[in-house]
Amino acid sequence: MNTLKGIPASYGIAIGPAYVFTRVEIIIEPCKIDDPEKEWQRFLDAKADTHIQLDEAYAKALQELGEEAAEIFGAQKLMLDDPELISTVKARVENDLDNIESALFETADGYARQLEAIADEYLSARAADIRDVTSRCLRNLLGLEDSPAKGLKTPSIITAKDLTPSDTVLLKKDFVLGFCTEEGGSTSHTAILARGLGIPAVVGAGRAVHQINTGTKLVIDGDAGEIVIDPDQDALDRFHSRQGKFRQLRAVAEAVSHLPAITTDGHQVEVVANIGSVDDVQPALLAGAEGVGLLRSEFLYLERPSLPTEEEQYQSYKTIADAFGDRPVILRTLDVGGDKDIPYIDLAPEFNPFLGVRAIRLCLMRPDIFKPQLRAALRAGYGNNLKLMFPMVATVDDVLKTRRILDECRDELREEGKRFAEKMDIGIMIEIPSAAILADQLAEEVDFFSIGTNDLSQYTLAADRTNAQVAQIASGFQPAVFRLIKGVIEAAHARGKWVGLCGEMAGELLAIPILLGLGLDEFSMNPPAIPFAKRLIRSISLEQARKVADVALNLREDGEIRQYIKEVIPEVNME
Amino acid sequence: MPEISLRITHEVGLHARPASMFVQTAAKFSSDIEISHGETTVNAKSILAVLTLGAHKGAQIVIRAEGDDAPEALSALEELVVNNFGEE
Repeated sequence: MNTLKGIPASYGIAIGPAYVFTRVEIIIEPCKIDDPEKEWQRFLDAKADTHIQLDEAYAKALQELGEEAAEIFGAQKLMLDDPELISTVKARVENDLDNIESALFETADGYARQLEAIADEYLSARAADIRDVTSRCLRNLLGLEDSPAKGLKTPSIITAKDLTPSDTVLLKKDFVLGFCTEEGGSTSHTAILARGLGIPAVVGAGRAVHQINTGTKLVIDGDAGEIVIDPDQDALDRFHSRQGKFRQLRAVAEAVSHLPAITTDGHQVEVVANIGSVDDVQPALLAGAEGVGLLRSEFLYLERPSLPTEEEQYQSYKTIADAFGDRPVILRTLDVGGDKDIPYIDLAPEFNPFLGVRAIRLCLMRPDIFKPQLRAALRAGYGNNLKLMFPMVATVDDVLKTRRILDECRDELREEGKRFAEKMDIGIMIEIPSAAILADQLAEEVDFFSIGTNDLSQYTLAADRTNAQVAQIASGFQPAVFRLIKGVIEAAHARGKWVGLCGEMAGELLAIPILLGLGLDEFSMNPPAIPFAKRLIRSISLEQARKVADVALNLREDGEIRQYIKEVIPEVNME
Repeated sequence: MPEISLRITHEVGLHARPASMFVQTAAKFSSDIEISHGETTVNAKSILAVLTLGAHKGAQIVIRAEGDDAPEALSALEELVVNNFGEE
């Protein structure tokens, strides 16, 4: 058994044999020709064949995958007919006497490289389209059959370098259990296809995918982004049980996920999503999210050579906030530190990055990074319900300094005559013990709190979550942490402010009754957890939750608390 | 050469469907049509060239046309951009 880590691109668990999808490589041999007219006619014939195939692919995609997927083939047709491409290729055949295969391949490759050089996910996908349609035309020229999809005869997990739109449309959907790919991100064609089909996918798992052969037993965990090769019986049992639960979740999701989270005695809380990119919006809405409790903005900053522009950030934030209309979307400002490699930010190495210059501390020191983000958020928040949240606040002074910079941004925008949200709620993460202790003072300065239990636990217990030897201390149910949460909620409520929680604990079924009982107003979690959480909240009473919280906070350790919850609230058990 | 200056308001920029529609509209006219964004000027009838402009939402573009149907071409393209490519 061996586990590979990739990017989770589509939720769910798939279990089955691998089908390794390999393409016959097209070998182009550049040579000189002596009859350019005949050579050009070969191209026109191949192009006509390609058109017919693309029309077929369009019709098939439209029927099976919807208009968005079909449109890809419409765009590919336009690319092959491109007047600039055609005139360049024609000149090479007629004047330079190059064979059509090399003239076409090299010219199209030039365009694909140009698009790939612009760091834009959408344009990279168009570059893949150029390569896809060129390959198709070249295969027609060379008389090659390309249909690795034809070998797929039993239900399997498709393993590939990456899939092109032409590949995906050829696959027999009944035989596809899931996808795992070496390349690609969450907006690659494979990812879009998988989400469209509602089957699990892990993409971008790297070269380790090569060790998988056709027939190898595989598990794809689309929630965690893991690929398990040759799972042992224990793992298989575990995944089968999770797969069962996931299917149940689907059924539950359809039944209650779009209903409000109201307890049996009429107390309503908000159940919202943690998301990390524009592509997470649809899954969150489908899962029943009533808004976004945590929009991680790091996606705009990682894996790129320079800072994202204000305009770029504005577009992304606006797209996400608008998608939720008047429902809240809470944008957390940049949360990075010395442990993350962001070459253009140039962070000095630190002896202890988790206690160093990170998150709001970094932003306050670097207005060149912070101000464009604040300006983008203020502008994007016009006409929707975007809110701002600041991570790693330790003192009241952190908030005051941040608010001054925010005011500066507002003044600038006003002067420039730009449209922006005059009134935008601001909140802070409560994840440093000092902030939890000073919750009464901090509540005077902000509109809301969101408790980050992952960091709050590791800072409170002085136990590094990434150190396997002590991680258990920080990831458990700690009475100390529950007591801090209790104090934070009381301090905020006394000042008319609301409190959310966006750590992993918000989606943990065993923790939900305690948090509900402590008076938590908003639960923010990964979308797959939302239907489970709503079902649970809708099946218990606030009165019961309050009693449970009272007892749990006086228990002494993790195991005791868990055992107690399981006994008194059977609804937390999914089996 | 007659020209018009426009701002792209479509959410995805002059990329996906908007780029295809733009090029297909330009292709209906016999005039030579160019589109510029920043320093770069390309053939407005070429989807590949238009994509390489990388014109995001908010981008300022200039369209020039020369030929018998130049005024008609410019007004058709202007209408397309101003009407946000038929959306909303």
